[in-house]
Amino acid sequence: MSVKMKLENVSKIFGPKPKTAIPLVEQGKSKEDILAETGNTVGVYNASIDINEGELFVIMGLSGSGKSTLIRCLNLLNKPTTGSIVVDGEDVVQYKGEALKEYRQKKIAMVFQHFGLFSHRTVLGNVEYGLEIRGVSAEERQEIARQNLESVGLKGWEDKYPDELSGGMQQRVGLARALANDPDILLMDEPFSALDPLIRREMQLELLDLQERLQKTIVFITHDINEAFKIGDRVAVMKDGKVVQTGTPEEILEEPANDYISEFIKDIDRSKIIQAENIMIRPNALVSLKDGLKVAIQEMESNGLSSVYVTDRKRQLQGIVTIDDAIQGVKEKNSLEDVMIKDVATVKKEDYLEEIIPKAVESTYPIAVVGESNRLEGIILRVHVLSSLVAEDIDE
Amino acid sequence: MSGFPDISIPLGNIADFVVNFLDKNLEPVFDFIFWMTSTTITTFDDILNFLPWWLLLVFIFALGYFFQNATSGLLYAFLIFLVGSFGLWEELMITVAIVLTAVIISLIIGIPIGIWMAMNRASSVVIRPILDAMQTMPSFVYLIPVIFFFPLGNVPAVFATIIYAVPPVIRLTELGIRNVDQEVVESAESFGSSRMQILTKVQLPQAVPTIMAGVNQTTMMALAMVVIASMVGAGGLGEQVLVAINRIDIALGFEAGISIVFLAIIIDRITSGIGNRFQRDKGDQ
Ligand SMILES: Nc1ncnc2c1ncn2[C@@H]1O[C@H](COP(=O)(O)OP(=O)(O)OP(=O)(O)O)[C@@H](O)[C@H]1O
Ligand SMILES: [Mg+2]
Repeated sequence: MSVKMKLENVSKIFGPKPKTAIPLVEQGKSKEDILAETGNTVGVYNASIDINEGELFVIMGLSGSGKSTLIRCLNLLNKPTTGSIVVDGEDVVQYKGEALKEYRQKKIAMVFQHFGLFSHRTVLGNVEYGLEIRGVSAEERQEIARQNLESVGLKGWEDKYPDELSGGMQQRVGLARALANDPDILLMDEPFSALDPLIRREMQLELLDLQERLQKTIVFITHDINEAFKIGDRVAVMKDGKVVQTGTPEEILEEPANDYISEFIKDIDRSKIIQAENIMIRPNALVSLKDGLKVAIQEMESNGLSSVYVTDRKRQLQGIVTIDDAIQGVKEKNSLEDVMIKDVATVKKEDYLEEIIPKAVESTYPIAVVGESNRLEGIILRVHVLSSLVAEDIDE
Repeated sequence: MSGFPDISIPLGNIADFVVNFLDKNLEPVFDFIFWMTSTTITTFDDILNFLPWWLLLVFIFALGYFFQNATSGLLYAFLIFLVGSFGLWEELMITVAIVLTAVIISLIIGIPIGIWMAMNRASSVVIRPILDAMQTMPSFVYLIPVIFFFPLGNVPAVFATIIYAVPPVIRLTELGIRNVDQEVVESAESFGSSRMQILTKVQLPQAVPTIMAGVNQTTMMALAMVVIASMVGAGGLGEQVLVAINRIDIALGFEAGISIVFLAIIIDRITSGIGNRFQRDKGDQ
């Protein structure tokens, strides 16, 4: 995995004499003190992040923590006060004039929180815009714009005006407009915040879909930790202009770097973040269909289990047998296949806790986690389902 | 009681000097402006007089029909017909030619200044108070400087009208551009647009409804100057009002006066109709 954007010590200070504020931040003074003393506002201080090619990188933080300031440094809507941003081997902070235009036209595009659409242009005219600026012929750019509109599900809306569309649809236009330029990097500043929750969830899934297809490098901003952990490959947490932790959602959940992050993740809905594979365990015992009942009883007794999963030779899940049924079966001279329970609750590795919980409540046995072609990957003990909802017990 | 001490600051002399200086040294410039303006007015007047009167009525109807509805179109055509029936047709044409010329020059001057003020904070800070002064000054005052530079007639009238009428279009152009949603401008910037592209492809089109409101106000103010401008020799309906006042000719005064009112109604409705049309094209409904 190669690094697409390398941010090193990026700071952005707003105000009359930005550089004078830098030493003060280094001394550890607070934003408020620096503002009072110098009239400068610290937007971002010393952010160093590597963003990998093709990953969906989320920047998360409370309002005013500097998320927008940082993402706007990436396409130089804000020029960093200090630091470098290396994209494909070049420090883009040095770009001016034509080089800057070229960078914005070809490499990087942005989706805005309130969509930023041109209300005087049709949907098609909006999506064409980036190509029009580059001087692409009308015929070609319309063709590309139509394709992009189709790929976000807006075929047939080309000749409408943005304000004739719902919020969700408008943001799709914003997305299509950004994608029409075929940028390597897509910046999204709270793109779904203005949408209602249902539409929002839909858009999140579509973004993940899109990412699967296009493999862009996406920098996504949100103040919603659930959203961050749901869609982010990696997440950076910001506070008061500083990046306080960077890692995968699991890493951050398991080892919050400080109290601030712990506080932040406290109210996260873990059932939407934790997947089956995070809490499943390797079964202590398994029996194969041809092993028969005696082996099954022996396995259960030696491991102190009251039930055991049955697979075939390819480890495909067949069912589960309980100790009581097994003993009864031996008495009545039945086979393993006769006494095992075939209708067992299963989940997939990537299923979220919220889907697992109802099954755990209904079932009296551990839940089987299956992968490709019904292969048994692991089991989830019912007690782990509940304990994983409580933050401290995650590292099971 | 003591009178004002014997101090004299010769501001009047200075003004006199400046005007004389400009008049002497910039004579070719003023000659050129005079020639351009009077040609424009005469051309409009000639065209309007060349067209058969009924064609003009049809044209007025068409404008009303297009920007409002058929009833309005009929009403406007009828009002103009009334003016003709007062025997003021030629005066009406001259007035229209003068107002049209003044408005066109106001827009040519005003819109770029408005754009400049929107782009440049310093220019805005300097120009704003000037515009305020221009609007609060009694409109008669504008007659004074222009008659120094131009012989009496339609040309000084046009320039006095411009000074009085240009502020709204400047103000509203600036306002329209400044009020374009910042995020929209930034989104254009984020695609690598040049400043010119942002202006022509985003800011100006977004500002059109506001600018049209400015055009409407400027036009109405130009019309309001018609009578006053006739004091420096402008012909047309304003001149008739002036004549009527001098002669205490109530009939003429009423007819010429009401004709100006008719013209004002029609121009107001049509220009604001154009503004609404732009708004509707944006899909605001
Ligand atoms: N143009 C600017 N001039 C001065 N200060 C600014 C400017 N833009 C942002 N700031 C300041 O920088 C800090 C970070 O703001 P920023 O907009 O990046 O926060 P954010 O994390 O995006 O918050 P939100 O979730 O509300 O969008 C704030 O204190 C803000 O007041
Ligand atoms: Mg923000």
